[in-house]
Amino acid sequence: MAVPQVVRSEWTKIRSVASTVWTLSLVVVVTVALGMLISALSKNEFDSMNAQDRAEFDPTFISFAGMSLGQLAMIVFGVLVVSNEYSTGMIRTSLAAVPQRGSFLFSKIAVATALALLVGLVTSFAAFFLGQAMLGDHRAEIGDPGVLRAVLGGGLYMTLIAMFSMGVAAMLRSPMLSLGILMPFFFLISNILGNVDATKKVGRFLPDQAGSRIMQVVPPLDDDTPYGPWGGLGIMGLWVLAALIGGYVLLRKRDA
Amino acid sequence: MSRSSVAGMIELEGLTKRYGEKVAVNNLSFTVRPGIVTGFLGPNGAGKSTTMRMILGLDHPTAGDVRIDGKHYHQLKDPLTYIGALLEAKAWHGGRSAYNHLLCLAQSNGIPRRRVGEVLETVGLTAVAKKKTKGFSMGMGQRLGIAAALLGDPRILMFDEPVNGLDPEGIHWIRTLMKSLAAQGRTVFVSSHLMSEMALTAEHLVVIGQGRLLADTSMADFIARNSRSYVRVRSPHRERLLDVLHQAGVVAVESGEGVLEVDGGKAEHVGELAAQHGLTLHELSPQQASLEEAFMRLTAESVEYHAHSGTSAAPPPPQQQQWGDGWKRG
Repeated sequence: MAVPQVVRSEWTKIRSVASTVWTLSLVVVVTVALGMLISALSKNEFDSMNAQDRAEFDPTFISFAGMSLGQLAMIVFGVLVVSNEYSTGMIRTSLAAVPQRGSFLFSKIAVATALALLVGLVTSFAAFFLGQAMLGDHRAEIGDPGVLRAVLGGGLYMTLIAMFSMGVAAMLRSPMLSLGILMPFFFLISNILGNVDATKKVGRFLPDQAGSRIMQVVPPLDDDTPYGPWGGLGIMGLWVLAALIGGYVLLRKRDA
Repeated sequence: MSRSSVAGMIELEGLTKRYGEKVAVNNLSFTVRPGIVTGFLGPNGAGKSTTMRMILGLDHPTAGDVRIDGKHYHQLKDPLTYIGALLEAKAWHGGRSAYNHLLCLAQSNGIPRRRVGEVLETVGLTAVAKKKTKGFSMGMGQRLGIAAALLGDPRILMFDEPVNGLDPEGIHWIRTLMKSLAAQGRTVFVSSHLMSEMALTAEHLVVIGQGRLLADTSMADFIARNSRSYVRVRSPHRERLLDVLHQAGVVAVESGEGVLEVDGGKAEHVGELAAQHGLTLHELSPQQASLEEAFMRLTAESVEYHAHSGTSAAPPPPQQQQWGDGWKRG
């Protein structure tokens, strides 16, 4: 099976369904709009902050605040790309056309990942520049130390979230089950585990907690995180790898 | 390429599929040949769809082997150009247009884009090619499935219950299509739970029940062996008629309500005998036992064999019962 053929086929699939357009549009709109709103609010609050809060003030990270919500749309995108095959019965047609299940799954993931990377980078740069515009005098510049890394990292973070979701959906097959686990996990549970003292030490190794480290330019003063920005992204990458391998192994083993 | 030299054969050898305790397909061995329509017949739940999914490499066999032109399915380069299949259930994304559905399949197997338009034309879906498939009727869905099967111009075509849910016009269209594909020298393997349907289209017959092979025979042979012809006779002088027939060496049996069945006899012969002896006849009609009945006997035996319950299976249902009623439960 020639992989370029399968990649072309997967591109046709992904561009010919409406869910691709609306999930990815939501990613951009929600992330940027919420980031601008929170940036504007933070600017007004700056004057009433104490010295420590001002020292920890991270205008780059603040402009990415919308990602907490925008990533949910990215999760929906990643889940639907894979689980649509199962919920529609398309999977049998797809695997009859491409019986090499690895070629099938990884071509699909490659196409969806490329699209997620593109949208993720656009989102990240838009959120940064528009957020900084809202921050006025307190803004960061793209040339400041660590800022470009954080903005690029924001795009990579969104891409890895989508890939993780694809892996989980490949394992679980059902879109409802996949979304029912991933959405509350990334929106609530992971945040709680990562911020409550009792679970913090473990919680910060969760994919989003570790991965979002790359978007911070000014770390908190009492920061004792055992990994740096790229280390954090690496931890998230390991989660993604595990999810994708799990999805592949199950796809190979299962009857379609 | 060895494609032109190979024959378009599907070969099953000891193919077995077990789901836990349940044996869905039990040691199936047969060969499907090119140039004819081969019917794959069995009650619902007999294992037909499971077998077809294993041929396509979708389900993994527990034991045994199935090969297409001597190769495993996953070894075929661009498999849609070897074998095209219509699967039982709807197997596509409803939000995608018919055109894009076929296009993504064509691209995955290196099939030129113009084939998409050609097969849409063949199945009569050109007018709705750009419409989302979720609005399609059952019949349009079957046509789209067939378009996908024809896409790669394959030597082998496999249809799982193609007439399900079709209107008479659609059924006629599919029958004609299958016959013309076979006439072109292609292999056509079609499943059904309706003997009557197979009798109209198939030249060769593979019958399974409870996952086991029950018959692998030409349709002509099956008909010759299984369609019993007899003469049905009613007379107010039943006892005397029996004696007369017995003396003439004609075997007759009583089948209740004063009806006699004369096996293999000619109606003329029975009528003449009755007239010679001045016996009144109320009915004298040649009968042909239906293929459905023969098929039901065959599958009923498989149920009995499989159950190991010690009690004998129910006798085949009486004659004029609607074919298929008894075993749609499976």
